[in-house]
Order: sequence, then C-alpha cells, then structure tokens
Amino acid sequence: MLASLFTFRGGVKPASHKDESSHIPISPAPLPDLLVVPLRQSAGGAPQARVQAGQRVAKGERIGAADGEFSSAIHASTSGTVLAVEPRPLPHPSGLSAPCAVIEPDGEERWGERVPVDYASESPEALRGRLRDAGIVGLGGAAFPSHVKLRPGAAGRIETLIINGAECEPWITCDDLLMRERAEGVSRGIAVLRHIASASRVLIGIEDNKPQAIVAMRAATARMADVEVVPVPTLYPTGGEKQLIRVLTGTEMPFGRYGAEYGVQCFNVATAYSVHRAIDLGEPMLSRIVTLTGNVARPGNHEVLIGTPIDELLKLAGPKPDTDRYIMGGPMTGISLPRVDLPVIKATNCIIAANAALFPQQGPEMPCIRCGACTRACPAELQPHELYWFSRARNFVKAAEYGIFDCIECGCCAFVCPSNIRLVDYYRFSKSSIRAQEREKAAADAARQRFEFRTLREEREKAEKAARLAAKTAAGRRAVEGAGARPAAAEAATSLPPLDDEKRALIAGAVARAQAHKEGSPVEPTPPQAPVQG
Amino acid sequence: MIPALLVMAGIAVVLGAMLGYASIRFKVKGDPLVDKIDAILPQTQCGQCGFPGCKPYAQAIAKGEAEINQCPPGGEEGVRKLADLLGKEFKPLSAEHGTEKPKRVAFIDEAACIGCTLCTQACPVDAIVGAAKQMHTVIAPLCTGCELCVSPCPVDCIAMVPVQETVDTWKWKYPVVQLKLAEPA
Repeated sequence: MLASLFTFRGGVKPASHKDESSHIPISPAPLPDLLVVPLRQSAGGAPQARVQAGQRVAKGERIGAADGEFSSAIHASTSGTVLAVEPRPLPHPSGLSAPCAVIEPDGEERWGERVPVDYASESPEALRGRLRDAGIVGLGGAAFPSHVKLRPGAAGRIETLIINGAECEPWITCDDLLMRERAEGVSRGIAVLRHIASASRVLIGIEDNKPQAIVAMRAATARMADVEVVPVPTLYPTGGEKQLIRVLTGTEMPFGRYGAEYGVQCFNVATAYSVHRAIDLGEPMLSRIVTLTGNVARPGNHEVLIGTPIDELLKLAGPKPDTDRYIMGGPMTGISLPRVDLPVIKATNCIIAANAALFPQQGPEMPCIRCGACTRACPAELQPHELYWFSRARNFVKAAEYGIFDCIECGCCAFVCPSNIRLVDYYRFSKSSIRAQEREKAAADAARQRFEFRTLREEREKAEKAARLAAKTAAGRRAVEGAGARPAAAEAATSLPPLDDEKRALIAGAVARAQAHKEGSPVEPTPPQAPVQG
Repeated sequence: MIPALLVMAGIAVVLGAMLGYASIRFKVKGDPLVDKIDAILPQTQCGQCGFPGCKPYAQAIAKGEAEINQCPPGGEEGVRKLADLLGKEFKPLSAEHGTEKPKRVAFIDEAACIGCTLCTQACPVDAIVGAAKQMHTVIAPLCTGCELCVSPCPVDCIAMVPVQETVDTWKWKYPVVQLKLAEPA
C-alpha cells in the first residue's frame, strides 16, 4: 500500500452526474446500415487507404496502413463492401471533412485473419509493431498512438506503469462500466503493457466515487505481483495524465517532457483492454464503449463499432425533444457537435444530449475583475487571467511566454469564472493561431531557401554560359587566325562604324560558317558544336 | 599634473585597444537588421513591393529607401510587425502595391498545358515541375501564391485557387460574444 498520495494544486468539483448511466450494463449497439470510418483517427500521419470503392472487406481487415512510426492503422469495423473512399465530415469542432472509408455492412460479421499472440514469447519491439498495426490509440480522449508511448525514453525503461481509471469528467461512465464488467480483460491488457514496457510496478488509479470498479479491479489483479489499485480522491481533473502521475508518484513533469523520460507512463483502462484484445485475441481496435447520457430517455453505455453514425446511435438512448445540442466528450473538455450525422471515432467516449435545464445558457461575458479564482483553480499552475489578457489582445508571444502550451484545456478556470468568460475558447484560439504562425514561418523559411538556391543556380548557369561563349569565341578566333583569311565580306561593312580587323575577321568567319551550313557542306575548320540535323 | 595625464592617457590607450580588438573579434557579418526584416516578410517573392524578391525589399527598408507598407502578402499584421521592429508608425497597406488576399496557390490545367516551360522559369521558388513539351504541374505545398507564373503562360492554363482549410490547418476563431438584437417593441 502506498504510504500516502500526493496532490496537485487547483482542481474543481463539478456535480458528477455519473449515476444516470452507471447502473445499466454495457450493451452492444446494433449494426448500422452504413459505417463511415475516418482514415485518420490518431495524432501523427494520416494512413493511406488500402481499399477501393467496390472492394469487399472482412471484419478487422486493415483499410489504412500506419504512415510511418508516428501513426496508427485503421481497420474495417465489420465485413461488407466499401462504397467509397471520400471526404466526409468529421466529429471535429471545425465540422470539416477528411478522407473516410464508407462501408456497407453485409451483416455476416465475417472475420478476417485473427492471429492471437503469446505476448511473453515476443520481443517488446515486435509487440509495439503489432499494436501499431492493430490501430491501438489512447482511448482517454487524445487518441495518441500507444506504441509510440511505449518506446523506452531517456530514463532507459519505464519503471512505473500507470493505468488511468480515474474518469474524472462528469457524466462519462464508460471506463467505470468497463472496469466493473471486463476487469479480467483489462488486467490481461495491463500484463501485456507491462511486458512491453518492462515496468517493475503498476499503479491503477481509480477515483473513489467508483467503489464497484475498485473492487472488480482489485479482484482481477489480486494474483499479479506489484500491481496496486489505488483509490484517488474525486477531484476534477485527476484523470489528466500529468495530474494522475503527480497524484500517484509525486513526479512533476516539466513543459514539453513526456512520462517516459521520467520512467513513468500512463495508459487509459480502455486502452489496456484494447491491447488485450489485440494481442491475446488478435482483434484490432474496431469498437469502443460510448456513454450516451444527458437529456435522454434511456441513458447507458454501449459497445459501438468505430464509424457508426452518431444519429443512429442516439436512437438507442432516445433524446428528448427539448434537446438543443449534442456534446462529444464531457461537459468540461468536450466539443459541441456541429451536426449529428457524424461517425463515432476512437476518441468518442461520450455523447451528451444537452438542453437548457441541464446546461443552462451561460450568462453574458463580463469584464475580468482579476479576482484570481481561475489561478486558484488551475491544475497546471498557470495564471489563466494573464493568458486571457494576452490571448484577447492577440499578444501570442506573451501568451507563449506565460506558458499557454502548458494549458491542458481542462476548463477549470472557465468553470469558476464569476464573469462567465469563456477562457478556454481564448486559449484554443491563441494556441491554434500560434501553431498556424509556426507553420507559416516554416513554409516561409523553406521558400526563402528555395528562392536563394534558385538565385544561386541562375547565377551559376549564367556564369557557365558566359564561360562557354568565351571558349567558343576563342576557338573561332584561333580558327580565323589559322586560316589567315580576310574574306571579301568585310568590304560590305564599310558603311558601319569602323571595326577593328580582329572583329571583322570573326564576323567574316561566322558568316562563312553559316553559309557553309546552308549549303550543307561543312567547311573546315569548324569550331566544336552539336551536329545539326535536317 | 603630468602623472595624472599619463594615467588618463594610459587608460585611454588600453580601452582603445580593447575596443579595437572587440570590433574585430566580434564583428557581425552581414546586416542583422536586413535578416530580421527578411524574417518578417512572407517570402512569397512576388515582387509586388517593386523589388525583385523579399530580400531586396528588406535591404531597401533597412536603408530607408522603401516604406514598410508595400507588402500585400504580409498583410496588415506584417506591417505591424515591421513597425514594431523598426520603431515606426503603423501605416495601412499602400493601395498602389496591391491588397491583402486570402492565401491562394497556382493550379495548372494539365489538359491545356503545352509544356512551354515559361512558368517554370517564372516561378521564384521552384514550385513547378515539368520539362519542354512535357506537362507541367504545381507542387501545391511549395507554392507561395505569388502569381508570377500566371501572365507568362501563353495558353492561360494557370489559375489561382484559394487554399482549402483542412482539419489540420483549421484554427479556432476569436471568441466573439454573441450580441442579441433587442426585440422591436
């Protein structure tokens, strides 16, 4: 047992709203009429499509291969026919489109090849490759490719493996239900992750408002050595990666550093479960558990195939008529969906139907009174009001100086703000503007380099041309001197300004050569030149 | 009196020698101001400022021969940055040099292209590939949108198309507070 837990600064305690959906067992969602599987669902490079329209695919068939090491594969969630590979709108705040494979299920659920592996007999390197090809990404929300996180960092190896079952955000219960019902699978996944990372101990952090999950996970991991289930105090955002690492190990990670460098790495419980399915059963990541809750008749958790349209899924829960918008993710960090005919992706952990009663319209934004409530709530120990001022004034240099990229966009500051300022929106604006500026800067630098190289090349070509011309002139001159000829053509030039003899001779030589070419009988001597055809 | 003068003269000589050494040892090659200005300019190399490229314009600004508001691709933001750097007053973009437009890239209608290479010669950043009597095409990510290839084309097969926003390049908008219009009484 750990002697004591550590704490992070700040945090808030919003009403949890977990009971609405947590008492109903997970049920599988029915097969939809159409699946829209976005080809890119993780951080890193976009996978290239490996299928074409009209092609039949088996369940679990890889339809997009990982593009490089920092990317993750995509699979057909069920068997059927690929209708198209085309841009479709994504569940992204922009509502923009990106390439998706549209699959019409045949209802057979015909599996492709499944290769279960005994993880103990495989090297960590090979297992990481398998995870990449099985499309395993973090299911906590960021969808970061898991095999990348398992690479040994600067510390040499990952000493402590942290399994994140905190699920601190209100309304969401998918991890809670997963741990209650499938603790055995989660613990097997943990064993695989531990083998890959060669971690000496495993800490499973679960918030103490999930007693059933804690009991289930303790029972499932009872026989594993050095695996400990640690109930952590319920405080938002304990489930943030850096926050949970801080609470469980006391390690505080500086900006821009990752857990692996400090011998700590953190995985979500649902990710661990998918790892178990991928390695022990040979099934790639095809489905995930999604909480449907909020203003609905039948809240609950469903096992949903990736690519299922959200509007079809919502029929299971029955949104009430006064629902005015839908939130993907939790109320703190989630995004308002621009529409509902969008696919479920690997990062979709929860869909909340919102109405004015559950999520009252925020009051009008009022001026910042510098009360400091946001600073006390910020778990990243930033000064949100300063960041707000700088973002509002578009002073991005200062915002970056004050650590805007340390902000985890947890929403604690906006939650406590008495002036109803949508602080996180300002930070998101700032961050994406800074990233865009960096992209533009990189593009401008590349353009400058190409322009300078081009200028250099043109000058070099000019110099080379001048040198060639000079050589040709010299050769012509030698030829004229060698022949000792002063052809009569020189007399024609009397009306022109007087030329010196040398030049006259050169011109005469050139005229003679041109005449010779015309007649088709080369006259000796000719300067070296390309053969003339035709 | 004399010793004091000697001491002062001695100090002057020593300091002079140190300054002289430092000026050689820490000599800055090139003009750092030109590089700083050049770093702000968008590197479109379009020549709309009246100079043959961004660097010459940067040199002209550094010498005080050009105004800071002659670069339409850099936009108002670019002028603002230049004004900050040089300690000058902000000025709106000068109309005679053009207006700020959304980013566009050249697109070659490959069916109409006759392979004359005139556009490849005009492109200042080597963003067009193609050889004589072969079809040409624009490498869109490298195109700066300078439009210099448009006028040389003898068959008018080059068009400037606006760059579409993707999920990767999409930006969060500046949070605007929605104002409710008062209901007419």
